[in-house]
Amino acid sequence: MPGKLKAKIVAGRHLPVMDRASDLTDAFVEVKFGNTTFKTDVYPKSLNPQWNSEWFKFEVDDEDLQDEPLQITVLDHDTYSANDAIGKVYIDIDPLLCSEAATVISGWLPIYDTIHGIRGEINVLVKVDLFNDLNRFRQSSCGVKFFCTTSIPRCYRAVMVHGFVEELVVNEDPEYQWIDRIRTPRASNEARQRLIFLMSGELQRKIGLKVLEMGGNAVVGYLQCFDLEGESGLVVRAIGTACTLEKISTFPATATHPNNSSPSKDMKDSPQAAPSTLGCRSTHSSPVHSASSRLSQGFSVSVPTLLFAGMKPRHRSSEVPRARQCRPGFGEEAPGVPLSSGPPTPLRAQTFSSFSPSKSYSRQSSSSDTELSLTPKTGMGSGGSAGKEAGPLKALLRQQTQSALEQREYPFFTLTAFPPGFLLHVGGVVSARSVKLLDRIHNPALGNTRSYKLLDWNSFTADEPETRDAWWEEIRQEIKSHAKALGCHAVVGYSESTSICEEVCILSASGTAAVLSSRFMQDGPLDTEHRLSRQPLCVFSTGSERVEGDMGSSASLGFEEVVSPGCGFCHIPYDELNIPFPAQLTYCYCCRRYKVPDVLFTTIDLPTEANVTGKGCLIQARLCRTKKKAQGEGNATAISSLLPFLEYELHTQLMNKLKLRGMNALFGLRIQISVGETMLLGLASATGVYLTALPSPGGIQIAGKTPSDITYEQHISTMQKKINDTIDKNKELYEINPPEVVEEIIGSPIPEPRQRSRLFRSHSESSDEVSELDLSHGKKDAFVLEIDDTDAVEDIHALLTDSPTPAGFYSCNTEIMPGIQNWTSAIQMFTSVRVFRLNANLTNQGLNKIFSDLCENLLKSLYFKLRSMVPCCLCHLNFTVAIPEDELIQVAVTAVAMSFDKEQPLENGKQSGEKTLIKAITENDEQLQFNLELNAETSSHNPLSSPKGLSEVGSHLSARASSLEKASPLPEGRSRSLRSNRSYSGSSVAVVKMTPLSFIPGAKIIKYLGIINMFFIRETSSLREEGGVSGFLHTFIAEVFAMVRAHVAALGGNAVVSYSMKECVFMENPNKNQAQCLINVSGDAVIFVRESELESTSVQTQSATTHTSNGGEGT
Amino acid sequence: MRLHGTHIKLTERSLYSVDVKMSVELDVFVGNTTIMDKEVYQLWLNGYTVNDAVKVRIEGGVMEECEASAEVLLSDTMDQYRTFQMCERLLHHPAKLANQLLFQIPPDRQAMLIERYYAFDDSFVREVLGKKLSKGTKKDLDDVSIKTGITLKSCRRQFDNFKRVFKVVEELKGPLVENIRQHFLLPDQLARDYAAIVFFANHRFETGKKKLQYLTFQDFAFCAGQLINNWTVGAVDNMMEDMDVDLDKEFLQDLKDLKILITDKDLLDQHKNLVCTALRGKTNVFNEMEANFKNLSRGLVNIAAKLINAKDVRDFFIDLVEKFIEPCRSDKLTSIDVNLYLTHYTNSAHILDTFKHHAVWTRYMGVIKSCILRMYHD
Repeated sequence: MPGKLKAKIVAGRHLPVMDRASDLTDAFVEVKFGNTTFKTDVYPKSLNPQWNSEWFKFEVDDEDLQDEPLQITVLDHDTYSANDAIGKVYIDIDPLLCSEAATVISGWLPIYDTIHGIRGEINVLVKVDLFNDLNRFRQSSCGVKFFCTTSIPRCYRAVMVHGFVEELVVNEDPEYQWIDRIRTPRASNEARQRLIFLMSGELQRKIGLKVLEMGGNAVVGYLQCFDLEGESGLVVRAIGTACTLEKISTFPATATHPNNSSPSKDMKDSPQAAPSTLGCRSTHSSPVHSASSRLSQGFSVSVPTLLFAGMKPRHRSSEVPRARQCRPGFGEEAPGVPLSSGPPTPLRAQTFSSFSPSKSYSRQSSSSDTELSLTPKTGMGSGGSAGKEAGPLKALLRQQTQSALEQREYPFFTLTAFPPGFLLHVGGVVSARSVKLLDRIHNPALGNTRSYKLLDWNSFTADEPETRDAWWEEIRQEIKSHAKALGCHAVVGYSESTSICEEVCILSASGTAAVLSSRFMQDGPLDTEHRLSRQPLCVFSTGSERVEGDMGSSASLGFEEVVSPGCGFCHIPYDELNIPFPAQLTYCYCCRRYKVPDVLFTTIDLPTEANVTGKGCLIQARLCRTKKKAQGEGNATAISSLLPFLEYELHTQLMNKLKLRGMNALFGLRIQISVGETMLLGLASATGVYLTALPSPGGIQIAGKTPSDITYEQHISTMQKKINDTIDKNKELYEINPPEVVEEIIGSPIPEPRQRSRLFRSHSESSDEVSELDLSHGKKDAFVLEIDDTDAVEDIHALLTDSPTPAGFYSCNTEIMPGIQNWTSAIQMFTSVRVFRLNANLTNQGLNKIFSDLCENLLKSLYFKLRSMVPCCLCHLNFTVAIPEDELIQVAVTAVAMSFDKEQPLENGKQSGEKTLIKAITENDEQLQFNLELNAETSSHNPLSSPKGLSEVGSHLSARASSLEKASPLPEGRSRSLRSNRSYSGSSVAVVKMTPLSFIPGAKIIKYLGIINMFFIRETSSLREEGGVSGFLHTFIAEVFAMVRAHVAALGGNAVVSYSMKECVFMENPNKNQAQCLINVSGDAVIFVRESELESTSVQTQSATTHTSNGGEGT
Repeated sequence: MRLHGTHIKLTERSLYSVDVKMSVELDVFVGNTTIMDKEVYQLWLNGYTVNDAVKVRIEGGVMEECEASAEVLLSDTMDQYRTFQMCERLLHHPAKLANQLLFQIPPDRQAMLIERYYAFDDSFVREVLGKKLSKGTKKDLDDVSIKTGITLKSCRRQFDNFKRVFKVVEELKGPLVENIRQHFLLPDQLARDYAAIVFFANHRFETGKKKLQYLTFQDFAFCAGQLINNWTVGAVDNMMEDMDVDLDKEFLQDLKDLKILITDKDLLDQHKNLVCTALRGKTNVFNEMEANFKNLSRGLVNIAAKLINAKDVRDFFIDLVEKFIEPCRSDKLTSIDVNLYLTHYTNSAHILDTFKHHAVWTRYMGVIKSCILRMYHD
């Protein structure tokens, strides 16, 4: 019994009226954990019951603590009939299991019902006593910290980055079980919610075990996803980056804190082979299905999207025919030659991907789970029998360690931002997709029920996770090989996703091929002794401290190359003679020593140290392609054959739009491909920037058909003019005015033969020639679009229909916007969802235009909505597209709008940016005191986690609001705050900020309280009464936000960072007046404090205050 | 699975069509901090339909300002309207707005929402002031709507607000204004106005007669304030845990004793002499005052004596106008004259030998004087 969970039910409020006669409710509460249930007394006739219960105690295994949520059900007592359920609250107690996270959950939590939504609130207290048995501790993965944040969390430093961890769990979807026909929708929804809770708990625990095994203590960039595969089941999968993190202690640590000269305790203490009984991948508790003859058929096609520069030919004239030549091979729908230059992508795809028809029909038999099926898997934790399994599973353990090593062969990192010195070079985007057929479960043998401990009911075997594992393995291998082709040994900014339509599933993975400094990696070439000797330097912290001098020292230590921090990552990692694709290289415009490509695409965030000219902007490529309706294999084949073209066109669009903005690099590239019955949607979003190190992009030139009449030529020339004007306008708008480079100055310094032996970089005599050529091309070169091609016309249309962002607005899909530093504290996170119905049979072009327009319109709406925050930037704009039904397109956007201060002069360096930011914040002195208190304590233990602290935060937020009203100086602000406190004394709701970013401007995150991972289902059978589909979804999203905020507040937090809405599945049936929606959100609960330096001079930054007050208050 | 079924296209389901090829079925925007546009809120409160609101906004020039299209405006307006509708439930119990979890609204915004929701049109309130807040009255609101030009929707909201406040404070003890302020988190002035409305509705004061048409709501609200502060039980005894809504029965009973001022011939003459002595030479309408003294005095005292009957309470204002204000006006008294007259009229009574009811007289005349002065205008 390594843990004792204690819960106390304090009170309820705003309960719904359950007894029509008295207009009151006789409420009581059931508290359930695992199989144990406690009940409170009935509190009769009240809508605001005060139960004030005793402490309900559950003595449980810690792995149960990890897997199970605490389930609180509020019911209405009925003497004569069955008690009516009012609603439920699921509490994830994981944050309480980690000593560094929250210590207590206490607060008002919304009571949620899947049919009625939020029905009042309940005040609870939850605590966990973990017995300090370290050994036992390691059996579960309690204590492993999880972060959604895709960078090293702000108050930690990374001692070691261990690498990729992944896991998936499969189960049958309760919604598709036979029992669903006889139970109520509520019961079905609740079963589903609970199951997903359990599955994600289990998944997290298993990932935690892997982390412990690798010697880590945390998972950063934890990305958990659901695949609702319908009848073939429900997959919960997660990927992340295992790290050893160390809390930055008392002093505002600099990057080289002496304190860390010894390797982290965790690493030393945890033996690799912790006697884990449950960590094996193979112990998915699904007994092997007897129907092993069932085949899962996979259709695999993958298009590596090796996106880097160099599509430009050296001899344009010869290029065109060549490109044409290859076209027929791709059927009549093949893309034209929008790029007059280099061979189009499909060709490249052939060159280095596993895209070959023969391979794509790979058949795998599910009997691959072989020996694993022989091990008994019955008792898996149920009834605490877990310990007994240790023996039989030892064999598996060995296997497991082995597999863990194999895992490390995926040098993947879900991180998108890195400690300085970690990311050496970036090769380009690598991605792989594969089309699979989900097989249906054919009449599962009845005798084969399993006692999946997570389930209340007996369920039949779902698909074995091994199949899904194998699918992903395939893709990861492919990604790895693509990275290798780019001369890179690692993939960063890695993510995986799926799109499912009926039985077809597209699996996608993408990342950025990169060369990393080996010093953070355990099994890198510079192993232990290096690591130890350099320990002080290996340690880095994030946040504002990050900037300090680590770069210099890393360089001085003689790492592979001595590079300037601002351009090093742009230098090509691959051998310039064996470039796997035609690229045009030049010498770096910053250091003039290494080669850089002319365009760089990445999936990561812009490195903080990067040299950037001007500002960035969101760039989207949108594509919609019709597809014939088909079934099964035919369908999969059709999709497979469409995919390469889709991707190719997306890339062309991206490239054109990038050039149109006069930029040369994309960050945060995310390509989403969505499959529907009659169409495929592709949406690529990225943030374009002008990297100073890269050459200036050439313009876009339109070429017409050779023989043509005058009007046609005129048409072309007007088009050309339009494009040129747009480029000029954009350059002005984004302040892109790179310093004129006198190219001759360089005199092509021949670099020393490089030490990068690993990459077999043969430095040959031809480099001179290449560089000469590059220089001559420089910026004169233009992208050529041929107008006689329908696709090209489309492209041009797409180019020119993108309307510029309204004045005062900027947008990006990355964490930070290059060129903007002086954020104010006004932030507004939002989610917007739209569903469009296509009313007519449309051609590809028509569809395309519509899709593009609707994305544009959505953006316009967002700008309009947020106009009061100007000047502001929409950061982390995350678009998700789906095809919920034939002829329906769903677009969901989550982002944060952040105001910034225009008047402040742009200073370079993040530090100064943050300083100005602090200045821009207006706070009252009440808050100042509060901060001082914190600082006095210095240790980052949380004085805030008490409810009192929270309410304080809440109250000074309200105070702030009122003080902002009139940009008043401090003393007045205080009196105002008193007044406002008085008049709203009834308010007990703490303000909780939400943001998809990993930071909060003007504030310092002092504590991470744990991961928030919530899944909700909402259903209605009175759609019209609830305001139609919009009313229904609006309420639901608001409810989800409310529940996230409440749970964060109960943990003692005042913000959620790295928030994302990972799933929003909406289904409607208006004829039955019904709708259903599933939403999955995640993020990191944190405590932040406002930067306390309040210089009197800065408070009067009038403009800042007016902005914030206009901004309708920060989130 | 339950939701999968055959799909019949219903064109009216779509929110709006962008063009022939595409229509928007669902369009929501949810901010962590609920975004509310004051202008749209006002349009919603005024009962404009979405389309009308969009028209108003277009005319207001917001489109040019923000480079938006009509479609964007429509989407935004619908979204805001939906938000307001969702909030409306909470606005009915403003205290809930502060500790609900669904919408994160900064306190100053909350105050704005409440204040504007409970704000009303003077022209509307004039129509229903003193009427029973019943279903019957609500049914007549379409007439009110036509008469005042205020949309029926807005009329209904205002009426429901009155009724809601009335119902809540009806059962509460303690000072009326304070109760309203605390329960509905209204600013002071608005709370006072509601107190007046509740008070008028409770006593069913007649305000609709033609002769009273010249009076504004603020005139009545002022008078109501006077009555509440001086003539109710709470007015004299703060410790009394009684309601502010009802007039002090004892006081009303005592008012009957004032009749002696007009029934006793000597007293009446004495009173007249005292007043006339005091007034002589101070006004140029002295003669009219002297001539009318008995008439006016009878009028005021009779009003006092009748107040014990609930039915006559209703006619309080019409009586004041008919018995006092109109005679004065026909004599062309200025409000300075009226003030002078009433001051002396009140004070002189205290000098009368046989008149013993000084306290009641002061309490009565204080209110009468301020009410008349407030009501004495064109």
